[in-house]
Amino acid sequence: MALLEVKNLKTYFFTRSGVIKSVDGTSFSIEKGEILGIVGESGAGKSITGFSILGLIDPPGKIVEGEINFDGRDLVKLSQDELQKIRGNEISIIFQDPQTSLNPVISIGKQLMETILYHRKGVSKKEAYNSCVEILKTVGLPAAEKRMKSYPHQLSGGMKQRVVIAMALLNNPKLLIADEPTTALDVTIQAQILYLMKKLSKDFHSALILITHDIAVVSQLCDKIAVMYAGRIVEYGSKEDVIFNPLHPYTKGLIECLPKLNDDKKRLYQIPGIMPSLLGLPEGCYFKDRCEFADEQCDVYPPRQEIDKRIVFCHKVK
Amino acid sequence: MSQSEVKLLEVKDVEKIFNVNISTFKKKDLHALNKVSFDIYKGTTLSLVGESGCGKTTVGKVILGLYQATEGSVIFRDKDIAKLGPSQRDNVQKDIQMIFQDPYSSLNPRKKIKTILEQPLKIHTKMTKEERKEAILSLCDDVGIDYSYLERYPHQFSGGQRQRIAIARAMMLKPELILADEPISALDVSIQAQILNLMMDLQEKYNSTMLFITHDISVVKHISDYIAVMYLGEIVEYASKKELFANPQHPYTKMLFSTVPDIHTPLATESVLKTGEIQSPIDLPIGCFFQNRCLYKDKNCELEHPDLTDLGENHLARCPRIGSF
Repeated sequence: MALLEVKNLKTYFFTRSGVIKSVDGTSFSIEKGEILGIVGESGAGKSITGFSILGLIDPPGKIVEGEINFDGRDLVKLSQDELQKIRGNEISIIFQDPQTSLNPVISIGKQLMETILYHRKGVSKKEAYNSCVEILKTVGLPAAEKRMKSYPHQLSGGMKQRVVIAMALLNNPKLLIADEPTTALDVTIQAQILYLMKKLSKDFHSALILITHDIAVVSQLCDKIAVMYAGRIVEYGSKEDVIFNPLHPYTKGLIECLPKLNDDKKRLYQIPGIMPSLLGLPEGCYFKDRCEFADEQCDVYPPRQEIDKRIVFCHKVK
Repeated sequence: MSQSEVKLLEVKDVEKIFNVNISTFKKKDLHALNKVSFDIYKGTTLSLVGESGCGKTTVGKVILGLYQATEGSVIFRDKDIAKLGPSQRDNVQKDIQMIFQDPYSSLNPRKKIKTILEQPLKIHTKMTKEERKEAILSLCDDVGIDYSYLERYPHQFSGGQRQRIAIARAMMLKPELILADEPISALDVSIQAQILNLMMDLQEKYNSTMLFITHDISVVKHISDYIAVMYLGEIVEYASKKELFANPQHPYTKMLFSTVPDIHTPLATESVLKTGEIQSPIDLPIGCFFQNRCLYKDKNCELEHPDLTDLGENHLARCPRIGSF
């Protein structure tokens, strides 16, 4: 059985200007120890998918339909108190900006220890301290004991992100959700953090959901990839299939428009136009206005097709 | 550097030192730029590449006059502007325009797009109202801004559209030199390609010169003619695009290339963890600035600060050990 199975998840925001269908019927699953990448542009609903799993949707947002089956429980039906016991314990999340995800007026050590003391009753402060130092060493932070006394502003961006990763791993979670974990970092540091996340998720046997806009990052790290566009998954399959044999025109475009190091042509391939506003989605396929293959058939939203274990939503794929 | 081309801007031994507080009663020098020199030739694009904190934005700000250089000179049209602020630069200022990284904070949220685009013309030219309107409309066509956008406010646009507006504002005065500071790093991948292509088209049309500042070495391949790699306030490698991509020499440049995520290369291996982080520009080391992250370091690297040496064909690199690893 899959560790996490999301079925037909719909998270809508009921705003004054209308209903925003941020996540509109996504389904995917992840096994123990697997790495799933969710790729898409800003506004595609990838972060909201992650937040929905953790029950972090605030009004006017609401999960209106769907199931999130995690380890035998449906997370949608749980109360906030029950979710609180799962968050930071069985499922933890790493946010994009390490600057804002740490409390600036509390020392690193205290913030780390809080995670243990909150979730594991009967653990002494001394034991908590020791496991915090241990985990800081695991994520490769030099002078771990000294860092326990530091405040976030005394660390660089890369070091802060390591602390955040350490914090997420403290309780040995079954599932780790990383929302754009390296976007705020330099490429050299990004490479280090990505390597670390892959290694640690293997060592800790955690499943990992990596949410990012960068398809190159996803291709280096993930086993499975889901491509999201305007709130819906348009293509979902194994990394090899999606990256090296993309079927959906949007996935093809995303891969094509990456700047490549070993490519001499001057102009870059570009997908024309922009993603439609979630308040004014077109009839039929959401991608049709940007798609070179679109015709009148695309005025109806394409049905789900399964081709060799890959799921794709496009009329033009046979 | 082919000598047949005309120099538009000459940056010579520019140093910028900030005196920063490190505690309540203690100040120290922060060396943001250490003797940076380069030339930009008319009609070409020079890219400055490096990690955050390497001083690439400071270079741009010195050229623009937002910072005054501590030492050195910036020659633009036979005039040294290195120590002049924007208001002391007379007619030079309108020929140097900047495109900023974040299109969300670089456009005034209370002004309509037409006001934003008109402002540079009002300040720097004697055009009549009609002429200004015509100039705005003709540029809108070039940049791909719909005429109906002009009556709207910045918050009504997406990041990519805002960046188009910011580019239009910078192009309004037909500047000779455009400084683009990470113009695409805040945008989505599919929009990045659109904006890069637009900038290349505009450059071709107006024959403008560009200094392109970025941390992403994979982007510069398409837009640059020359590339300068910066590390801790100095240039560590300089070459034409073709030469640098075919034949990177400095260990830092090699490291940058190896860490770019690409769908055809696997994730970096364990050795990537040894590469560490950029150090603070306060209390710089005596020897090579890159020594603590370098995979090829030897004893000499701690003792002597290397100079930029010519490897032939105007390929410059700052490492004495090139060829020995």
